Amino acid sequence: MMAKKNLLLTVSAGLVYLFLYLPLVIVVVFSFNDSKLNAEWVGFTWKWYGKLLYNQEMLTAAMNSLIIASVSAGIATILGTLAGIAMHQYRLRLLQMLVLAPIAMPEILMGVSLLVLFIMVNMTLGLISIMLAHITFCIGFVALAVQARISSLDPALIEAARDLGATPWQCFREVTLPLLMPGILAGALMAFTLSIDDFVITFFTAGVGSSTLPLQIYSMVKIAVTPEVNAVSTLLMLVTLVVITVASRLSPAIFRGE
Amino acid sequence: MLKTVQGKAWSKYLLSLPPMAYLLIFFAAPTLIMLFSSFRYPGEYGGLAPWLVQDGGQWTFDLTLESWQRLFGTDIYLRLFVKSIGYAICTTLFCMVMAYPLALMIARSGRKSRDLLLLLVILPFWSNFLVRIYAWMIIFSPVGALTRILNGVLDLFGVGPVTLMYSPTAMIVCLVYVHLPFMVLPLYANLEKHDPYLLDAAQDLGAGKWRRFWLITWPLSLPGITAGSILVFIPVLGMFAIPDLLGGTDGIMIGNVIKQQFMESRDWPFGSVLSMVLTVAAVAVVLLGSRLSRQRAGMSGS
Repeated sequence: MMAKKNLLLTVSAGLVYLFLYLPLVIVVVFSFNDSKLNAEWVGFTWKWYGKLLYNQEMLTAAMNSLIIASVSAGIATILGTLAGIAMHQYRLRLLQMLVLAPIAMPEILMGVSLLVLFIMVNMTLGLISIMLAHITFCIGFVALAVQARISSLDPALIEAARDLGATPWQCFREVTLPLLMPGILAGALMAFTLSIDDFVITFFTAGVGSSTLPLQIYSMVKIAVTPEVNAVSTLLMLVTLVVITVASRLSPAIFRGE
Repeated sequence: MLKTVQGKAWSKYLLSLPPMAYLLIFFAAPTLIMLFSSFRYPGEYGGLAPWLVQDGGQWTFDLTLESWQRLFGTDIYLRLFVKSIGYAICTTLFCMVMAYPLALMIARSGRKSRDLLLLLVILPFWSNFLVRIYAWMIIFSPVGALTRILNGVLDLFGVGPVTLMYSPTAMIVCLVYVHLPFMVLPLYANLEKHDPYLLDAAQDLGAGKWRRFWLITWPLSLPGITAGSILVFIPVLGMFAIPDLLGGTDGIMIGNVIKQQFMESRDWPFGSVLSMVLTVAAVAVVLLGSRLSRQRAGMSGS
């Protein structure tokens, strides 16, 4: 058998893991460092986290991010679930294309084209415009998560329910929907993290006074590298880590690049 | 196939219309509007000028090819595209080299550890995009340990100090870092499906380790490589944040110029022209990729 361990392979894979994690570890470690420079370890401190609590701009941005992510994820989950079921059940070339194309295109294109659309209809850029944009790119991810779940289900379950006299609506509500739930929830959590993390599309569709966490980080980083950014970054990573771990428990398949 | 909703023709429309309508309004329409904008005049204070003007009681179209002529008028933009494509190719190649051992190692480990190893690849990818760039700004910073150690070593050989920040090297490292999982995942999905008996058979017939790799694993993994390359190449082509934060003056890519046209110079028609070119490039890459994989499927007779 081929189970024989290949040393070269293991070592090089280990180095790649190191490459993936070392930068993030540095960010986290320096968020506890008692020095303004992210260069040398001086001593342990919580002060950068404490400072965040008094940073009004940052708190507003965090609040905006949460509102945008909750609303966008909610609406994208409904639309994405419908799209996922429709894509599985009917051969709809147009829907398939509309769902997949936003995932495949460079983000900047969606950002600038939505900016042009919003300005054309005289919309004030703000939380609403950001939400409309986030829903657009989240639908596809939810649809794929739901579709992955449907293909893993046993068709006999639905047939059995029908044979036992359930109406189509009863069948959908009592059998299909509960079976799809893990896929739908995983999709919703994914949409939430995608929205809370998005920088590029938000950058073009945000207006004055509607800053989000990533936009806030961007404007801080453009000026100077400070441990306060490390502290926000660490907190943001923690949120994403929790949400994604839950999502991957619910629906392992969609995280395998299938 | 599992029928989730039984019968009823209207259920097809009930399901597909809401998402379809949303994406038509917020994805398809903006793309067309952008195409149209590329033929309009820029507005006096940025944005776009009206395209329909009343001239002595008569409505006339006020459209122009000026922005497109500006694109083809000089070789600045052609060079910019070539440079961006160069960065995208470099990033894709580095991702390929780094993703391969990782994907292969995961595909060959036991069923139980696979999910964990895979999750470990995906986790950093889910941390914020800007945080991941920021991490490299710390590493490459002039006061950072890496720069100081490197310059210490270079000093021994009498070579002058170098800066890592704001260099093409910094940019490529960060581009690879951000996009690596896009290559690992499709490659793993492909490698996992390989039949291990093929390798056993080759070994029994006397093929060495490298020969087995080049004659069996590598050709079979080409569909995974193609899928991964598309997923890496396209976002890198349209990137603006990494060149913006790490690239310095030499690192400007097409995405930076698009951003500049929309946010700073406020020449929207020309920004639209560049966006349309980027759209065409991205679509071309997707089509090329799907053609390649179809051809390969045809060759293997499946």
